[in-house]
Amino acid sequence: MGRDVIAAAEVRRIAALARLALTEDEIPRLARELSAILDYVARLDALELPEAAPGPPSGLPVTRADEPAPSLDGDAVLAGAPQAARGHFVVPRVIAP
Amino acid sequence: MSGAPTKTARAIAAAVQTGELSAESSIEQALEAIARRGGLGAFLRVDRDRALAAARAQDRGRAAGRDPGPLGGVPLAIKDNLCTRGLATSCGSRILEGWVPPYDATAVERLAAAGAIVVGKTNCDEFGMGSSNENSAFGPVAHPEDPERVPGGSSGGSAAAVAAGLVPLALGSDTGGSVRQPASFCGIVGLKPTYGRVSRWGLVAFASSLDQVGPLARDVRDAALALELMAGPDGRDATAAAVPVPRGLAALEGDPRGLRIGFLRDLSEREGTEPAVRAGVRSAAEALAAGGAAVEETTLELAEYALPVYALLATAEASSNLARYDGVRFGRRTEGGAGPRGMMEATRGAGFGPEVKRRIMLGTFALSAGYHDAYYGRALRARARLAAELDAQLARYDALLLPTSPGVAFRRGERAGDPLAMYLSDVFTVVASLGGHPAISLPAPRAAGALPVGVQLIGPRFGEPLLLRAALALEERGFAAAGVA
Repeated sequence: MGRDVIAAAEVRRIAALARLALTEDEIPRLARELSAILDYVARLDALELPEAAPGPPSGLPVTRADEPAPSLDGDAVLAGAPQAARGHFVVPRVIAP
Repeated sequence: MSGAPTKTARAIAAAVQTGELSAESSIEQALEAIARRGGLGAFLRVDRDRALAAARAQDRGRAAGRDPGPLGGVPLAIKDNLCTRGLATSCGSRILEGWVPPYDATAVERLAAAGAIVVGKTNCDEFGMGSSNENSAFGPVAHPEDPERVPGGSSGGSAAAVAAGLVPLALGSDTGGSVRQPASFCGIVGLKPTYGRVSRWGLVAFASSLDQVGPLARDVRDAALALELMAGPDGRDATAAAVPVPRGLAALEGDPRGLRIGFLRDLSEREGTEPAVRAGVRSAAEALAAGGAAVEETTLELAEYALPVYALLATAEASSNLARYDGVRFGRRTEGGAGPRGMMEATRGAGFGPEVKRRIMLGTFALSAGYHDAYYGRALRARARLAAELDAQLARYDALLLPTSPGVAFRRGERAGDPLAMYLSDVFTVVASLGGHPAISLPAPRAAGALPVGVQLIGPRFGEPLLLRAALALEERGFAAAGVA
């Protein structure tokens, strides 16, 4: 896995993937902290590992019968949204007028 | 602390059952205690009116011949990352501030059906990410015995509320130690059930392959009773296993004879474990051996890799789970930038605190193109090896003994600037989390004026009866919270 050191440009790339606006002070701090954490996790390089990734724990997932059942009330769910109208979530305009 | 013995949930329920105590006065006493110790910061919200109304309804029902239930009249505190219908649930985060869930978590619903009365929501590290409760957007929680120290985390408010005697029972969640480590710091009992034992419906997700709901209590039998009442399959959670729930857990006996205990001595005494913690775990091994258990020193070769594996998997899963906070469906929105993407970035940038951002960033990196196999993939495979080693040890032993945390409650601010030092507080708890094994923290006996030390037992998967039997054997030998009646 190597000892990747995270530079400011890499922090910006990851923040864009994570949809996270960062301030100018946060960027160098995160570069330092993430580099230190990656340096620590690099000890996994020493470990011999099986080829295949494991599946889910035995017995999981548990599925129920595919039958309709009462669900949450739509208005009650929308009441928790920052903005809703006429039974829908409202988002900023996606397509420019 | 008052010095007066604090009643267990079972003692309160028994008194309510006979009519010696009304549910209303039980709840009033809890509400008064919560108000008196408001300075702890343990509660984010107290649900006074609804709690009193529920208590009065229970008292009227009892007068009409209805059974108040095995937890009738018991005041219950709920970590603020478990959904409570009609009662705001913030997860200690600005991004969810003011959000009121339209449903109850299954664990909450089942304990309420057994008669427990929710008195309020407890403070926690934001989205369960932290080991000191310093990462709550709504302020820290003080350790009940020393206001300069942390109560542990992330279920710090629940642990402080039980330790201070405000409530006998609280729910927390444990992803990498968030029930056990604060129980250890505060000198009470904290139980993380087997992965799959308790439904996570209504538990706000942090790392879905690790998260479990668990009780914090003043004794082992209260934790056992709460587990029994909330465990079992749930049609709303595909990870609630179809495994029968053991009954009569609170009536178990703590006989150590015939128990096989693996004492992880080398691991327990690794560099960084404080002397008081080493002494506490050694005295647990001695107490079990003196009681007739077969105690052997053993090792867990892969334990040293548990924390790096946890750091990668938990953050990867968190980066995915927390993608849902997009300013559209829940909580707050911050306007900014262009279009939906700009709004999402602004909302998340303003709404998440530093630790949550750090973990989302690390997890996003570990999952990103070009790094996925080297980080996330390797961590998954390392986890499988560690889980297999734990299973092999728990075929040989009924329970493994080790510390809960390498140290006692530390001072607030002491580790705030060093994320790695903070993560090391969980070095012993992440082991059972990665394996999916049940584990419990118990307070070791201590001298007057000394801070609590927790000892941890890990049991076989779905082997809670065996784990609790070993825990009771220790409890009967002085590994018990102070002043419990």
